[in-house]
Amino acid sequence: MEIPYIVHERPDTGLTNGKLGIWLFLASEVMLFGALFSTYIILRTGAPVWPHGQLNVPLGALNTVLLIASSVTMVLAWASLKLNDFPKFRIYQLTTVALALIFLVNKFFEYREHLGHGKPPSASTFDAIYFTLTGLHGIHILGGIVVMAYFLGPGARLWKKNPEQFANRIEYTGLYWHFVDLVWIFLFPVLYLL
Amino acid sequence: MHSAEAEVRKHIRTYLMIGAALLVFTVITVAASFLSLGVAGNVTLALIIASIKGSMVAAIFMHLNHEKRWIYGSLLLTVLGFLVLMSVPMFTTMDHIGTPVVVPAAAGAPGGNDAGHEAH
Repeated sequence: MEIPYIVHERPDTGLTNGKLGIWLFLASEVMLFGALFSTYIILRTGAPVWPHGQLNVPLGALNTVLLIASSVTMVLAWASLKLNDFPKFRIYQLTTVALALIFLVNKFFEYREHLGHGKPPSASTFDAIYFTLTGLHGIHILGGIVVMAYFLGPGARLWKKNPEQFANRIEYTGLYWHFVDLVWIFLFPVLYLL
Repeated sequence: MHSAEAEVRKHIRTYLMIGAALLVFTVITVAASFLSLGVAGNVTLALIIASIKGSMVAAIFMHLNHEKRWIYGSLLLTVLGFLVLMSVPMFTTMDHIGTPVVVPAAAGAPGGNDAGHEAH
């Protein structure tokens, strides 16, 4: 039996199942990150002193640029499919994965530097919230890379069988990826600059 | 079909412009952190700039500027749920927010210092 409304929109909602599904998933993600952000704000505003200059701002800024660039390449990958240009889609999607990997490599060096200064998560409230927020975000980046790699590899076969469904899947992946970018847009100033 | 392709190409230009604007706002974010507005002022300013950037990503990249009402409905529910959940701990600590937490000296009691309230 074929699953309905994976390509065409349901008449009542005007949405495909996948699109409604990914937005409901993102809604739960807003709650997850929102709770942690609020925790940070309460701890931060209540602290008599808060560490400054603990994190590598140029590296954090570079990671922001990388994620913004990856969001642009992600949306261009989807637009390429809408223009029936699969080779271009592959280039943009590969670029997105490469940018995400560079982000994680930077994060690895940042963590190493931080831990090298004797500051594990247990060292202070700041270190605890820093590792929790960036670690959770890093796991999301890793998840995005796995999904994008799948659509560049075995998942790409769907393009030949059902290009519209494939384009929809890339759109949902993009929605997730833009959300991950959006979270970092808030994380960067809050953790690195304040 | 031809007009649909033209529409996508027009959107591509918008995506590139938004990408450039986001990079400019990143520079503004770093520059704004050097202003001395106090903790609350700096946090507020940073969150305002981040909200502008986030709105751009949500509206243009995530297509929320022309989405179906079911999506807006689910997001509205998210905001309401988030506010309710946040208000619970906020109510319990409202009289403490913005007030530094002073941890009393351990006075020789091992492990008496609560790391959860520690601020460096």
